[in-house]
Amino acid sequence: MKYLLYPGCSMERFSRPYKDSLLAICQHIGLELEEVDDWNCCGATEYIAVSLLPAYSLIARNLALAQQQASSGPDYHRAGDGRNSRGGAYTLIAPCSACYLNLSKTDHYMGESPILNEKVNQALAAGGLHYTPGTVEIRHLLDIIVNEIGLEAVRKAVVRPLTGLRVAPYYGCMTPRPDYKKRWSNPEYPTELDRLLKALGAEVVDFPLKTHCCGGHMTQISPPVAYELIRRLVHAAAQYGADLLATICPMCQLNLDVYQGEMNRYFDTTYRMPILFFTQLMGVAYGLELKALGLGQELVDARPALAKIGVEMPAAEAAPARRPRKKEGLPMPRMPGEEEMSHD
Amino acid sequence: MDTATVETQPPRVRGEGERPPLPPLPPPPVVDLGFLKEVVEATAGVSRLEMCIQCGTCGGSCPSAADMDHTPRQLFAMVRAGLRDEVLRSNTPWFCVSCYHCVVRCPQGVHITDIMYTLKSMAIRAGYYKDATAPDFAKTFVYYVENYGRSFELGLATRFYLRHHPLRVPGIAPLGLDMLVKGRIDLTPRRIKHMDQLKAILARAAELEAAQ
Repeated sequence: MKYLLYPGCSMERFSRPYKDSLLAICQHIGLELEEVDDWNCCGATEYIAVSLLPAYSLIARNLALAQQQASSGPDYHRAGDGRNSRGGAYTLIAPCSACYLNLSKTDHYMGESPILNEKVNQALAAGGLHYTPGTVEIRHLLDIIVNEIGLEAVRKAVVRPLTGLRVAPYYGCMTPRPDYKKRWSNPEYPTELDRLLKALGAEVVDFPLKTHCCGGHMTQISPPVAYELIRRLVHAAAQYGADLLATICPMCQLNLDVYQGEMNRYFDTTYRMPILFFTQLMGVAYGLELKALGLGQELVDARPALAKIGVEMPAAEAAPARRPRKKEGLPMPRMPGEEEMSHD
Repeated sequence: MDTATVETQPPRVRGEGERPPLPPLPPPPVVDLGFLKEVVEATAGVSRLEMCIQCGTCGGSCPSAADMDHTPRQLFAMVRAGLRDEVLRSNTPWFCVSCYHCVVRCPQGVHITDIMYTLKSMAIRAGYYKDATAPDFAKTFVYYVENYGRSFELGLATRFYLRHHPLRVPGIAPLGLDMLVKGRIDLTPRRIKHMDQLKAILARAAELEAAQ
């Protein structure tokens, strides 16, 4: 039985380790995936801000393609499989929070508003496509692994338990909220990832900021706002003694990992909190080769954290460490607000 | 005993006979709900914006409220009051990080995030914004999606940074190089196979939206 997969643009490149590690762990937990053919971008949080109907039509094209592809074959996973296998919606897995939300939202609003449904389908007709709301059920990868595959199967495949590794589980915003179909244990304090990491043997931090914002697109629009949000998360994880932070979203990983250095420079702090995808940790627990899991591609080095539990990465495999920036460098121009913030 | 004494006393009326009768009340102000209606209709699904009770839970839950011109609650009061220009010029919708904290906490179930998206698109159409950074980021993102079907980080970052944060380029360039070395950035955009199909869909959608 196959699941349809909508990987999303981030997974193709800047969060390639997420996709690599997902494909690497699939066979260990009996998850069969097939990509939606010729999928397009979901528009993230940007397209919808420019124009509404084109944004919903852009997203609906993916749903229409998924519907078309799933109905052409007999062995795609459908909702309620195992209990009643006839006529349920086809399951579509989205591992990125923004894609997951955009796809769910479009399906939900097309079902709720007949006018939107009609207009989006008129637009789709220009490309020879049609989508009936409710025929595709959009679910996040974590939800599928915890609730369909089951934690028992996750536990069984473990050969190198993460015993002694303190992990802060981080969900971000758009997966547990707004949760149209009430799939998550709680919109503000879900526990799915906590339970999954426990099944891998890790010591899970009861992380109070687990669904707080990573800054989203603010790193581009107003960096000081984003840096403060990133600082809160990294600071809290460090205070709780976490060795690393596990995330389920490419955007969260990008903001917390890639902009951590910028944030440190802005606040004059020295946080070094590695940010890994939960699938990478699953791969580590399954004893897979670290390079195949995309480890070493993160900018904040995760090797010291993994070395703590005896997982070593050969030096040749790992990318060279970044040269630290000199503190007493040439004076650089600073914005007025920046000056105050960085020295308080 | 006490109650009996209270009952025997005549009721006291303060200032009775001293003040002239009040003039008639002015007619209630006419509030134009046209803008509220416009926002509600432009939002996909059921926005429930009319149901806002001005409790302020949204602003209290918002991670970027401190940097906003108006909290979401204030903004919704302004929408109801018909302050079209002030609403569309406010930075509030652009500082919304789409975290949906307010949406799950709102006692009235108002679809706050979607209303912010509506206000952003209305502001872009009206050309009303103090700072073009956020709208330009959205537009540059859309440019790559409309031409390739996929987002393209390198192109997006280069165009956006050169235009809006040229002084940040030297600072951000090593970071981009790091990403490149680690194989996390594409040098060229990826194009989907049926770009013509996507373009036809988007063109039709734009026509339908313009006809509204």
